[in-house]
Amino acid sequence: MKFGVVVFPGSNCDHDAFYAIGNVLGKPVEFIWHQSQDLGNCDAIILPGGFSYGDYLRTGAIARFSPVMKSVEKFAASGGMVLGICNGFQILCEAGLLPGAMMRNSGLRFICRHVHIRVEQTDTPFTNAARKGQILKIPIAHSDGNWTVDEATLAELERNRRVIFRYTTPDGSNDDAGNPNGAMHNIAGVCNRERNVTGLMPHPERAAELALGSADGLVIFRSMVEALVGAAKATV
Amino acid sequence: MATAPTEIKVTPEIAAEHGLTREEYARVRQILGREPNITELGIFSVMWSEHCSYKSSKVHLERLPTRGKLVVQGPGENAGVVDIGDGLVAAFKIESHNHPSFVEPFQGATTGVGGILRDIFTMGARPIAVLDSLRFGEITPSRHTSNEEAARNGRILDGVIRGVGSYGNCFGVPTVGGEVAFEPCYSQNPLVNALALGIARKEDLFFAKAKGAGNPVIYVGAKTGRDGIHGASLLASAEFTEESQQKRPNVQVGDPFMEKLLLEACLEAMQTGAVVAIQDMGAAGLTCSTVEMASRGGTGIEIDLAKVPQRETAMTPYEIMLSESQERMLLVAEKGRELEVLAVFKKWGLDAVVVGRVTEDGVARIKMNGSVAADIPAHPLAEEGPVYHRPIARPAPRVESEKDWFPFAPEATNLTPNFLRLLASPTLASKRWITEQYDTSVRTNTLAGPGASDAAVVRIKDPKTNEVKRALALSTDGNGRWCQLNPHLGAMHAVAEAARNVAASGARPLAATNCLNFGSPEKPEVMWQFSQVIDGIAKASLALGTPITGGNVSFYNETLGKSIYPTPVIGMLGILDDVSRVLEMAFRNPGDVILLLDGSNTDARARAVSPAAFSREFSSSEYSRTIGGIVAGEPPAIELDAEKRLIDGLAALASGGLVRSAHDISDGGLALALAECCFASYSLAEAGHAVPAFRGAAASLGLTVSVDDPAPAEYAVFGERGARAVVSVSPENLAAVLTIARQYGLAAREIGRVTRDRFRIEQRGHAVIESAVEALRDAWTNSLEQCLGIRK
Repeated sequence: MKFGVVVFPGSNCDHDAFYAIGNVLGKPVEFIWHQSQDLGNCDAIILPGGFSYGDYLRTGAIARFSPVMKSVEKFAASGGMVLGICNGFQILCEAGLLPGAMMRNSGLRFICRHVHIRVEQTDTPFTNAARKGQILKIPIAHSDGNWTVDEATLAELERNRRVIFRYTTPDGSNDDAGNPNGAMHNIAGVCNRERNVTGLMPHPERAAELALGSADGLVIFRSMVEALVGAAKATV
Repeated sequence: MATAPTEIKVTPEIAAEHGLTREEYARVRQILGREPNITELGIFSVMWSEHCSYKSSKVHLERLPTRGKLVVQGPGENAGVVDIGDGLVAAFKIESHNHPSFVEPFQGATTGVGGILRDIFTMGARPIAVLDSLRFGEITPSRHTSNEEAARNGRILDGVIRGVGSYGNCFGVPTVGGEVAFEPCYSQNPLVNALALGIARKEDLFFAKAKGAGNPVIYVGAKTGRDGIHGASLLASAEFTEESQQKRPNVQVGDPFMEKLLLEACLEAMQTGAVVAIQDMGAAGLTCSTVEMASRGGTGIEIDLAKVPQRETAMTPYEIMLSESQERMLLVAEKGRELEVLAVFKKWGLDAVVVGRVTEDGVARIKMNGSVAADIPAHPLAEEGPVYHRPIARPAPRVESEKDWFPFAPEATNLTPNFLRLLASPTLASKRWITEQYDTSVRTNTLAGPGASDAAVVRIKDPKTNEVKRALALSTDGNGRWCQLNPHLGAMHAVAEAARNVAASGARPLAATNCLNFGSPEKPEVMWQFSQVIDGIAKASLALGTPITGGNVSFYNETLGKSIYPTPVIGMLGILDDVSRVLEMAFRNPGDVILLLDGSNTDARARAVSPAAFSREFSSSEYSRTIGGIVAGEPPAIELDAEKRLIDGLAALASGGLVRSAHDISDGGLALALAECCFASYSLAEAGHAVPAFRGAAASLGLTVSVDDPAPAEYAVFGERGARAVVSVSPENLAAVLTIARQYGLAAREIGRVTRDRFRIEQRGHAVIESAVEALRDAWTNSLEQCLGIRK
């Protein structure tokens, strides 16, 4: 089992994802340079947070054309597990691997704080170790997390249970009050049709240790580990 | 001025336009042995500007204690460096970007942050935290501030906040703390002081000393443009006039993405072992970096400007040398290994060009298309610039009497309405609206972010192994009003408060950096303030064992002839040996005992012999200013040995894990400190952190406190005397805490208990403040947004 963390020149959460997987979970992990088309036999790919190529244009708009994304697209098409966090989610949307687009936060400002998200579906490799309805406390840190999509796609996503994480209040009782950025239907994370690609705006790698305020984000990485272990068993 | 072809003949008038005095110009001719050409004149003018040469402050700065057994590098390099154990060092420094932030708030702030980050990674240290100490004019109209001015101050605040955020957030360094204060004197001259902290392995430190004749000099990073020409000499080294807005072209523009590339590329290039020296291009750009590297290395340097990457055409040597385009570095590589270095920068998509070489002759020789554009001995240019013993004159003493001082309310007055106003004053109100615009958690080290503890606390990951052992605490503090009233005393308080804040987070203070913001050094009264402040900082730093490892002087903070308050800002660094022992300010449990720790042995009755003495001291307080509109009197007397006892005692209590919360007493006094402990517990619960008292919906912790103090009630609850902190303790640990307090010579008075929902402070049986915590919290939480007219 090996995780790969893609490093775009402006990635700034690459070390954090690496640390959460390598040091907190103790699983093998390596960096993958954005100009490489070789994913180094990694079994799961993480697109980390940051500002990929500066993001002075639309977030992720340039990153989708990078050499590494060609390989990530192929990897995803072959069923490989891809997780996009924050800027990674934005890139996956731009690349068309996930639906929707990011608008500027409804308050038009960068927001960094702990938010709560509810695990909506557990039949994905990113949430299989979580309980359905489990509330996770995880920080966000972004200017552009106001996820938007056309009505037809939104309906399709809801119908096919592709909304994986939704913003909510700490006790899960009131979705509207928990929405930090204006995202449609409080959507914090979605998956593709095949459920092997997921993106979310909150940073689970920043919620991997109680010392930093929350270890709730670990369940996402643990799910990925379990999915990989399960896949390995299935092929034996 | 922006375009100055080399053919221009230098005259004394042109030298004067460049800010050089007649004597300075004579010295230029003496060093060169001839008349300078226009490029050389430009180079001298920036190198000898106040901003770069410290010509007015040098003779005073020498009085600061800069040595200590943990100090690896004191002033004189890009940043101070302190040994933090386990083979690691911390590089840290604070710098001002005041004038640019007034002329263009967003870009001024971004480039301020960018500049200080470069200073840190130039040393080979990866930046892990930024703090910002910000001061603005009032954002609500008052008798000092018109509607229009308040609105403009709000816009400056907004631009600065966005600038700080945009740079740090993109670069990937958490902005973990700092301060934001408001006073009318900063209305036309905001203070934007940015502090950065970085970590390196001791053997990986780099210095800016050009060594080895023949070694190639490499330019890396952004291309050079015409931006920022004379930023250091004209913008930072002159006071503002009505035409200052025309100086906008002198402000540089920041590109945090470029800086991020530069960071990664520089750290990677350093790892090749082929880098000999490195220096960032900050103030005075290429001029300062070439000359200083050569001067420090005892060498010369020769560069060819035709090779410098340029983003505009037809730039003259004058413009290239004086440009302050951001995100550029100059480095010296080992001869024969330059390709290894260039390959790293190519990988990161950065321009990297060999532009010259180190020479033996001690001359900074600047060529352009084969001809020599400047030929100046480096060492005299860098080190033998003018040094001024500026005239010092103590201003006429203020003549004050009792009627100028704060009139205390009659006994048994209900002070709750005043407390609500105090909580809502922008300086004391919650800064969450600001700090949420900063990325505070990137790099996953933040153990205590803004508002959680008296200091920001970040843990340290070993750069090679990611192993976590210790944590560092940082606090920035300064009190301009106190320094205006008494610069010597105010400066001592700034050092003491910064150290106290670090101690109240559980850390031991190690060393400090300072940012000295003052008016014009050409005014003897300002130089008196400066000299007094230096003596105050020196005295307090010695007493508390915290050497000053560097910093920055910012003079000419005045507009239309009016100076700001003298405002030294101290950035204090401390260390926690155990990352699990961070102290936060939040109360945790109803029933916990609230102790007032006091380092002073002076009997309360002996402290103020008359009501007038109380009144005189209290007139310097935040309460007096906010409620009474009075700024007068004298700051509280300071007892440095009492401060030291409190600092040591707090560190001992923290390492023993004996107290549940700690918070020092400063602006707003005991009442404000206690309220913040309550609010912090609510913030924790609101963010979903486990606070045992709260099940389900967040509730509020409150308190009942009784102050046994013979002073007038307002003095007792809002007075700002130092060397004090409040801690909350579980009843089981009380005896142990009292024992430790006694060992450290601290008075520990049990003043009350943590309760739920109600906030009650009484004196001699009367409730002086009584309210639902929620009402107090409402006043405090949303005030800043309301003042700025921001609707949720």
